[in-house]
Amino acid sequence: MRGAAMATVLKPKKACTVNPLKMSQPMGGAMAMMGVANCMPVLHGSQGCTSFGLVLLVRHFREAIPLQTTAMSEVATVLGGFDNVEQAVLNIVKRAKPAIIGICSTGVTETKGDDVEGFIQLIRTRHPELSDVEIVYVSTPDFKDAFQDGWGKTGAKLIHDLTPERPAGAPRDPDRINVLVGCHLTPGDIDELRNMIEDFGLSPVFLPDLSGSLDGHIPDDFTPTTLGGTSLNEIATLGNAAVTLAIGEQMRLAAETLEKKTGTPFVLLDRMTGLAPNDDLMTFLARTSRREVPAKYRKQRGQLVDAMLDGHFFFGGKRIAIGAEPDLLWNMAGWMTDLGAVIGAAVTTTESPLLEKLPIETVLIGDLEDLEGAAKDCDLLVTHSHGRQAAERLHIPFFRAGVPMFDRLGAGHETSIGYRASRNLIFEIGNLFIASAHEPDPGSWRTEAIESGIKAHAARHETSNETAGMEAL
Amino acid sequence: MTSLANTVQEVFNEPACAKNQAKSEKERKKGCTKQLAPGAAAGGCAFDGAKIALQPITDVAHLVHGPIACEGNSWDNRGAKSSGSQLYRTGFTTDINETDIVFGGEKRLFKSIKEIIDKYDPPAIFVYQTCVPAMIGDDIGAVCKAAAEKFGKPIIPVISPGFVGPKNLGNKLAGEAILEHVIGTMEPEYTTPYDINIIGEYNLAGELWQVKPLLDELGIRILSCISGDGKYKEVAWSHRARAAMMVCSKAMINVARKMEERYEIPFFEGSFYGIEDTSDSLREIARLLIERGAPAELMERTEVVIAREEALAWKGIEPYKPRLAGKRVLLITGGVKSWSVVAALQEAGLELVGTSVKKSTKEDKEKIKELMGQDAHMIDDMTPREMYRMLKDARADIMLSGGRSQFISLKAKMPWLDINQERHHAYAGYVGMVELVREIDKALHNPVWEQARRAAPWETKPSEMFENCEPDLPSAIAAE
Repeated sequence: MRGAAMATVLKPKKACTVNPLKMSQPMGGAMAMMGVANCMPVLHGSQGCTSFGLVLLVRHFREAIPLQTTAMSEVATVLGGFDNVEQAVLNIVKRAKPAIIGICSTGVTETKGDDVEGFIQLIRTRHPELSDVEIVYVSTPDFKDAFQDGWGKTGAKLIHDLTPERPAGAPRDPDRINVLVGCHLTPGDIDELRNMIEDFGLSPVFLPDLSGSLDGHIPDDFTPTTLGGTSLNEIATLGNAAVTLAIGEQMRLAAETLEKKTGTPFVLLDRMTGLAPNDDLMTFLARTSRREVPAKYRKQRGQLVDAMLDGHFFFGGKRIAIGAEPDLLWNMAGWMTDLGAVIGAAVTTTESPLLEKLPIETVLIGDLEDLEGAAKDCDLLVTHSHGRQAAERLHIPFFRAGVPMFDRLGAGHETSIGYRASRNLIFEIGNLFIASAHEPDPGSWRTEAIESGIKAHAARHETSNETAGMEAL
Repeated sequence: MTSLANTVQEVFNEPACAKNQAKSEKERKKGCTKQLAPGAAAGGCAFDGAKIALQPITDVAHLVHGPIACEGNSWDNRGAKSSGSQLYRTGFTTDINETDIVFGGEKRLFKSIKEIIDKYDPPAIFVYQTCVPAMIGDDIGAVCKAAAEKFGKPIIPVISPGFVGPKNLGNKLAGEAILEHVIGTMEPEYTTPYDINIIGEYNLAGELWQVKPLLDELGIRILSCISGDGKYKEVAWSHRARAAMMVCSKAMINVARKMEERYEIPFFEGSFYGIEDTSDSLREIARLLIERGAPAELMERTEVVIAREEALAWKGIEPYKPRLAGKRVLLITGGVKSWSVVAALQEAGLELVGTSVKKSTKEDKEKIKELMGQDAHMIDDMTPREMYRMLKDARADIMLSGGRSQFISLKAKMPWLDINQERHHAYAGYVGMVELVREIDKALHNPVWEQARRAAPWETKPSEMFENCEPDLPSAIAAE
């Protein structure tokens, strides 16, 4: 990215979050569990923790969502949740017959300090009949971190618990690669990436893999657990792959965990949209497979370059306001500044090493009220569906990105990885700019250019004033 | 016992609840909440219920004191509509962090209240307690009291943390909060003999507006709707109404009963779902108002409106009857009173093959039997797999349910209609019933079903796939 100056990461001084951008960590954890085959994700908390998350994901994916609860009551919370965890496991095994149960903690059970790993050991001794069911626990308190952290930790914990260590020098399958994907990739992105990898003659294993479970297909029978997703056998053999590709900074922990346990080296791509990141991806795949880049990708690259040339007229100088989790923010900010746009406001949910590299003076760990305030002079708002009220008040075009996307169809099939998806995104957002362009009139002949200069100056000024009122992290 | 535990016990003891009265003393003590089964539970928590009940009050700030999950995962997702302020759709939360948990979240809560007043200046703030601050002992009642004194504004504590019970209990705890802190604290500018309260109506998809014009026409004033499209002051002066209608089953029965006790406002339980139910409700409103001193001619005018509207509704439904006759409906609903929808669907010629009675009273079940006959298929607790089988085996033609179970139906490639709180269509009153029938017709007769059930070409036998095709097409082309 061109922004060489370091961005300052700020946390607002205000006490009250208004119009949250952030979603809770256990939701990210549970969604990652949904990418494991025949799994029943469980939130260890009050039934509301599950119910809110369930409704949210149902509305996003427009799919049935497997997600259970330990249904902690007030009394159970005070006394400790062993009985509830035990009963939940027994009930789920009886009703849903899963291969794996994935438990994420919540604010309630973390405040109490339930030792769920200990509970699981005790359940194992008391119920030897459950030996063929895996139980994986991830600590994901609501009062810390955010959605993408929960996702990342769960990816790492699945590997930690389920991938065995591997003797040094054991033979590897040169055609097999692991792909650890962040939650900013949709099921559609995973499908797209799988096709690319297979076109190089490689066979990928994705973790977590939502492309089988939340991609909107119609199964032959009703299943209460996840459909599709990474199988336990695939997780157990991740160490046999030649290499791991991790997408998104949030997957670094998982990639490192796998490397530590099995010696499998990894390459981490922090972006997936735009020309250079996909050149990197193609280079990686060509080197790994020792094959030429197939003709269709050469053609797609040409189309992307052409789209960039056609699109740069509309992106150049545009001020973009983005509210997104760090990895998604980094990707969106990256490809749009590649086309000459300027990041006018950036608000995110949690810390990440990427934030200070963003091409903007300040990045705020904040909410949509902050974004709306900072976006006053911007030309485009990019955030999840909850930005709809702000976009209406700001009177600027609104591009929905991230989870949740509950007021549009096809959230699971939006794609942004690869040359082709990059090309389509340029068209989609370029068209938003075209549709919102103002026709010139006799009164506006000199003001447009001058005013936008004044606006940009004022915005810079305002940002630095605001900076004074906030405490740096 | 804590004061919250007392309130919960009191709510469980609701004397106006028929289901409760049918129980023995010992059963009643246990409360009306079935113990939730870990690993086999569905449904919202008490906080969710409290928020559902009060969030439709449009001009106040709803501030959730808790970690991000409680508000961050759920804000702006309910379908209650407003004719004015949009402030109720703004998500306010203290989003407490680790430090707050160690040192207590009361300071952050107080500061949050101040910020909201500075920036948004609402007539009141409702502060919702959640599990984590309840565990660490944050006294939101005390914080609200101090803030109210300091800022000279009503700050209302709603003490309904998720883990005390299910959604339904939360509805009632929300009711307790407004009974204790809001109702009776303001006076209306004037009153009329035609002032009513509507309790337990949330104006989902704008349903209140399907009925309000009829009341307007009759000169009946909704002094306060608790809480759909409500304003703070309207709830605060609702104690001056002459009569009340309680909608939506038992959700806010405690509010209706206690207002009768405290302010002598008689109430009845009614419904605006279904043609006959709507007529009955209008009659009952008129009757109660006349009892309280409104002129008797109100009833005559009411009957005129009823006759006119019923005729219009029947006329509206008529064209659909032949298209819907004999179609079988599976009705899975929690909140909405099953029998009232059952009657409405039968009016349109539909056949009910099953209805859920999970939250219905014994009386309700009797009523359903009366409507559906002795062999009424009442479902207490149906697993998703059973629902799926029922649809897949075509023992039902359409399912009406809440959003979360829609995919059971859609994956069975069977029509489905949303009748829960996130729905986009309004089904109340006379027009609403015509709308419901129209929506069912649209769903049932959409050409998509036939296409979705069509086998893929490769699913037919290979021999059939190549039937009727030119015997030797490639060679014919080659010869040309």
